Amino acid sequence: MLSINNLHARVAEAEILKGLTLDLPAGEVHAIMGPNGAGKSTLSYVLTGRQGYEVTEGTATLDGEDLLALEPHERAARGLFLSFQYPLEIPGVPAMTFIRTAINAQRKARGEPEVSAPEFLKRAREVAGQLKIDFDMLKRPLNVGFSGGEKKRMEIFQMAMLSPRLLILDETDSGLDIDALKIVADGVNALRSPDRAMLVITHYQRLLDYIRPDKVHVLAAGRIAASGGPELAHELEREGYDKYARAA
Amino acid sequence: MTLAAALRDRDVAQLPSRRDEDWRWTDLRALIRELPAPSPAAAAPAQAGPFGALGDAEILVVNGRVIGDESLLRLAPGHTRTVRLRFVSATAGTAHGASLSISLGAGARLTLLESYEGLAAGYLADANLAITLAEDAVLERIILAQDDEDAVSVSTATVDLAPRARLAQTTLTTGAKRQRLETRVTHPGHDAAVRMDGAYRVRGRGHADLTSAVNHAGTDGTTEQLIKGVVDDQARAVFQGRITVSPGADRTDARMGHHALVLSDRAEVDAKPELLIFADDVACAHGNTVGALDEDALFYARQRGMPEDVARAMLTEAFIGEVIDRIEHEAVRERLRSWAQDGRIA
Repeated sequence: MLSINNLHARVAEAEILKGLTLDLPAGEVHAIMGPNGAGKSTLSYVLTGRQGYEVTEGTATLDGEDLLALEPHERAARGLFLSFQYPLEIPGVPAMTFIRTAINAQRKARGEPEVSAPEFLKRAREVAGQLKIDFDMLKRPLNVGFSGGEKKRMEIFQMAMLSPRLLILDETDSGLDIDALKIVADGVNALRSPDRAMLVITHYQRLLDYIRPDKVHVLAAGRIAASGGPELAHELEREGYDKYARAA
Repeated sequence: MTLAAALRDRDVAQLPSRRDEDWRWTDLRALIRELPAPSPAAAAPAQAGPFGALGDAEILVVNGRVIGDESLLRLAPGHTRTVRLRFVSATAGTAHGASLSISLGAGARLTLLESYEGLAAGYLADANLAITLAEDAVLERIILAQDDEDAVSVSTATVDLAPRARLAQTTLTTGAKRQRLETRVTHPGHDAAVRMDGAYRVRGRGHADLTSAVNHAGTDGTTEQLIKGVVDDQARAVFQGRITVSPGADRTDARMGHHALVLSDRAEVDAKPELLIFADDVACAHGNTVGALDEDALFYARQRGMPEDVARAMLTEAFIGEVIDRIEHEAVRERLRSWAQDGRIA
């Protein structure tokens, strides 16, 4: 589904990604682990098309289509979703309005009809119930005054509502206590399916106890330094990133 | 130096100019070399104003002449009324002025739906309102200015409040060639309350000036003010807000905020928020920000699937919408909601 080949990218003048190659087939969950500054968030922003992240070499394709040639909203309409490490506050826009606007924009881009108000409400109630989100919270401006945990839960809520095919979770566990982590992980696991793929970016192994990856990659100094099964995450938890950082 | 005096005496030397500190950003003297001919009498316009049929009565002021029953603006004690007051400029290239007085008896409640409607090009218009509120009276004043882009338009209101009276005001404007909407409030304290909000959406070469002065003369008064605006192209917006807390006006609570979005490099916002405090034990605060749309929020919305123009419109509307949300009259609030999107009434 997602295929990244020899990706180089820079932010301002600094080269952050230095030849990253990765294949993520449909139906699989891959974890990307790495020390601070390795380029984990840069990867998520390059894939979603944030301004200021310049690709200098290499390719990234989604089902064979050049992802890097598309505008951010076009990538979203093709099923790419990023759960932000630091979700933004959107004053004056109720969460429901924001999500409905996003859904309809995506549908329009795909040539589908808009979601009807009753259909949208029904689905929102269902998903909010699963994620233990108070429905009234969805009427408040998105993320404004929400706790760190509530913001992360709202990211998963949006993800479930938008039903993307390629999911990137950037440090979704940060700021979560153990109960919130379980709820968020359950929400993510509910979205696992043979036609979806997930990239779980995390610094710690903890999240991977709840979202079990098929593969674990170590990102160090802008490239994949090692790949393996879930056991690699445990090894990193024991031994740290030192040997990869040094090797780079 | 006022526009009213200049029109009365047909004397451009009496126009306000940059020599007057309060007018330095809205200089009329330098703009107007010669006063246009006085506007002729004109018929009432056939079309409804921007407030449609909301309210109980309508008073038209066409080319400076009142058509309708002006006495509807004088409420006896305890009476309640909603009135549309429409200032209509109907003849191109001419000048006119009008003065009205509005009074609310004790405990009276007036919702005033005040519109400035430019139905011709390039006029010069002046309006003066003298407003008095007796004890416990409540005035919600909603001003919608839709002047012609080539017009010069000034509206000045003086408001005198009695103890426990309340003024709640919202001004929405898209500007003109040069336009000033000014309100001066004499605030007696003693549980009288003022909310004086406004929003501007100015584009092209438009100019909008929201100026206000509130003078707290007694103890225990409150004033809150939220002004928000968006300028684009080569437009210019001016906000001058002055709150004075006079000696002895202790326990005054005054809060002022002005926040502007500048969408173009050539647009300009001039802001002068002033809190002048000569009393003790007061709670006063002001905030003033001028900036661009939050790029991070914009990317966030785009990542969720919104094209850039949709995301920008949503964030801009939300920014202005905060002012509309504070309008108390529900039907008016809903009617003006679309103004936050594009400065028009749907």
